[in-house]
Amino acid sequence: MEEKIKKVSIIISKGGMDGVYPGLIMANGARMEGIEASLFFTFFGLDAIIKKRMGKIKVATVGNPGMHMVSLLGVLPGMSAMATAMMKKTMDKLDIPPVPEFIEMVYDSGCKLYACKASVDMFKLKKEDFCPQVDSIITVGDFYEIAAGGHIIFT
Amino acid sequence: MQQKKIGNYTIDVDNEGFLTNLTQWNKDIAAAIAKEEGIAELTPAHWRVIEFMQKDFKENGAVPTIRKINKTGVISTKELYEIFPGGPAKKAAKIAGLTKPAGCV
Repeated sequence: MEEKIKKVSIIISKGGMDGVYPGLIMANGARMEGIEASLFFTFFGLDAIIKKRMGKIKVATVGNPGMHMVSLLGVLPGMSAMATAMMKKTMDKLDIPPVPEFIEMVYDSGCKLYACKASVDMFKLKKEDFCPQVDSIITVGDFYEIAAGGHIIFT
Repeated sequence: MQQKKIGNYTIDVDNEGFLTNLTQWNKDIAAAIAKEEGIAELTPAHWRVIEFMQKDFKENGAVPTIRKINKTGVISTKELYEIFPGGPAKKAAKIAGLTKPAGCV
């Protein structure tokens, strides 16, 4: 048998639903397997841990070929909100929680959450802007120290 | 299918040690599997989780998710991870005599 994975560090760099959920599911899934996990939020991925924004993560209906619709339709007002609502409903049935609840769940599972300093400075954010589950704002150097000895996954 | 001997009992298990026949389950078997999984003693909190999982499994035909266990007020997610260290859903399901959890969350 192959040696088991013991530790993962997952980077979430995109702010849409398809940017945020895969990383959260992977981190949570790691904890469910007893694997040590940490999440590093960078660039628009920060939206998932910003108090004011984490409840408003949407799926992009424009420029997203996965939506299988004409982009012109995607620009219609309310289109993204509608697609998001539909997706959320399906996810809830599968027990995939909304982002704020998911952040809480993954935190309670023992996963550590970090915000990227370069992005925080760029967007002029402060520690207070983030949800309480965020451990700290760290540099890329700190990240590599935390990730040492494990696998790094970029999403 | 494999068979496994626990004390005086013989149980049918899959290749990961999950019971394939819940009717063969009993509390002694649960305690023995818990020991194998590194849980020395099953406390009332463990039993609350086990009993809920079995009840929900019988009603819905699937092992409940950690979210469901938390939301129904059985135990907080934090506590669940503490009392079933190193993989709560899988370990609790195994001890409860249920199938391996099938979902990703």
